[in-house]
Amino acid sequence: MRTVYLDHSATTPVHPDVVEAMLPFFTEEYGNASSIHRFGRNARVAVDEAREKVARLLNAQDQEIYFTSGGTEGDNLAIKGVAWALRDKGDHIITSQIEHEAVLNTCRYLERNGFEVNYLPVDQYGMVDPTDVRKAITDKTILISVMHANNEVGTIQPIAEIGAMARQREILFHTDAVQTVGKLPVDVKALSVDLLSMSGHKFYGPKGVGALYMRKGAKIQPLAHGGHHENWKRAGTENIPGIVGMAKAMEICYQELDIVSKKESQLRDALQKGIQETIADVRFNGHPTQRLPGSLSACFQALEGEALILSLDLKGVAASTGSACSSGSLEPSHVLKAMGVPIEIAHGSARLTLGRSNTQEEIDYVLEVLPQIVDRLRSMSPLRPSKEVC
Amino acid sequence: MSMKYSTKVMEHFANPHNVGQIKDADGIGYVGNPVCGDIMELYIKVKDDVITDAKFKTFGCGAAIATSSMVTDMVKGKSLEEALKISNKAVAEALDGLPPMKMHCSVLAEQALHSAIDDYFKRRGLPSPVKIKPDAHLHMGEGEKAHVKEE
Ligand SMILES: Cc1ncc(COP(=O)(O)O)c(C=O)c1O
Ligand code: FES
Repeated sequence: MRTVYLDHSATTPVHPDVVEAMLPFFTEEYGNASSIHRFGRNARVAVDEAREKVARLLNAQDQEIYFTSGGTEGDNLAIKGVAWALRDKGDHIITSQIEHEAVLNTCRYLERNGFEVNYLPVDQYGMVDPTDVRKAITDKTILISVMHANNEVGTIQPIAEIGAMARQREILFHTDAVQTVGKLPVDVKALSVDLLSMSGHKFYGPKGVGALYMRKGAKIQPLAHGGHHENWKRAGTENIPGIVGMAKAMEICYQELDIVSKKESQLRDALQKGIQETIADVRFNGHPTQRLPGSLSACFQALEGEALILSLDLKGVAASTGSACSSGSLEPSHVLKAMGVPIEIAHGSARLTLGRSNTQEEIDYVLEVLPQIVDRLRSMSPLRPSKEVC
Repeated sequence: MSMKYSTKVMEHFANPHNVGQIKDADGIGYVGNPVCGDIMELYIKVKDDVITDAKFKTFGCGAAIATSSMVTDMVKGKSLEEALKISNKAVAEALDGLPPMKMHCSVLAEQALHSAIDDYFKRRGLPSPVKIKPDAHLHMGEGEKAHVKEE
């Protein structure tokens, strides 16, 4: 059966050149970067080179890059790390309602441990208003954390504006850039961020590796104590193949950024237009222009998202949903909820995220099967779409 | 936590039996699931206390559609009394099981059936043998309580 992968925000395939770059570090150059001998030295060189690459592509300095096990760890290290380091200075943190669970649940954990957290609302497009950030700042505020782009609806946040404000007030600013590194230009200086987390598997690198950028002078407490790795901020023998692979993937993405994002957004727009023309009672989510190039989120009325995704899967199309039935927590997407999408509409949400190898032919195929699926599920549903909500 | 559906569930999801409405139904059940927001409508035709036909319409997940399909299959040919004994567990078992997180979807099917039978008796002005528990709609499947959000 034909398969079409439209879930690139969940994860991406590893680029063949990345696999090739990683391979020697499993079997030949398998040294521990802390060892003195040649094996260790070679491993150290590989980590150093990877660090240089990542730093250069973020417009940062080498010493400001800390390798992690991925986005979740980066978010945890940034937020808990700052909270524990600065708790004598203040106990107030500002974030948004649409963050990834890696940020939200870390903040909730801190709330249970005596911190106060503001979860800022977003507008109907999923955008945080920098004015709200400014208003939320108190003299107890030690950290602001707002994601660069949202993983469900793709809305790109006004990070540079928030960053400038945080810098002026001398408050540390973290951004979860897991969805943007490799897809948008990310310049830590232009964005005025102090901390930024990223994850290799979202941009054609391997899973289980990421990095945290931390501006020189920012202070955090490590989460993992142990050896001297990552300048005492993150103990543990380095994941050399992963680190090498992530740096290589990042390099490829930025070399081809313009062509790939243009292609992805053209295909995404074709998909959106096709859906609009063939399926009634659909509502698109996310910002019309300030949006990740490959990102499309839509709510199909009177049907349930998990049923839609299962049906697509039966036709070989891989996508995801924010519906309650699929979330594991039986609550609809917190992102759509924060954007004011009514619960019953959010229930029919689907996220289709394109990647570098998707083709027009694949989009045509999706546009052929999707209307049939929607018809079938709607014909089984006791609900009728209601016009007002679209 | 495994979210994988059995082959049987996927079969019933891909080709559900008994989808639709019965125009001159003798009983109609309508229940909403407060856990996830899904809705099930179940129609029955009754002759001499035996369910001769059943159809459904469901707004819900894969498990909700598959359990609707299965429960409507199971009740056909059964007396009302027998039908009332069909538990959500029996429906889930007939589908070769459901992931723990999805047990409440089978509760929806059981409730829809009870509600349809209740409606049948009410329409005829007869005392209903169905005891719809006040908290019935909030009842969750076993194993599920453990998965309700940590907060
Ligand atoms: C915005 C965002 N933050 C954090 C994460 C977590 O990253 P990881 O899977 O590398 O732990 C993800 C992806 O799952 C994400 O989309
Ligand atoms: S009916 Fe909603 S999770 Fe199954």
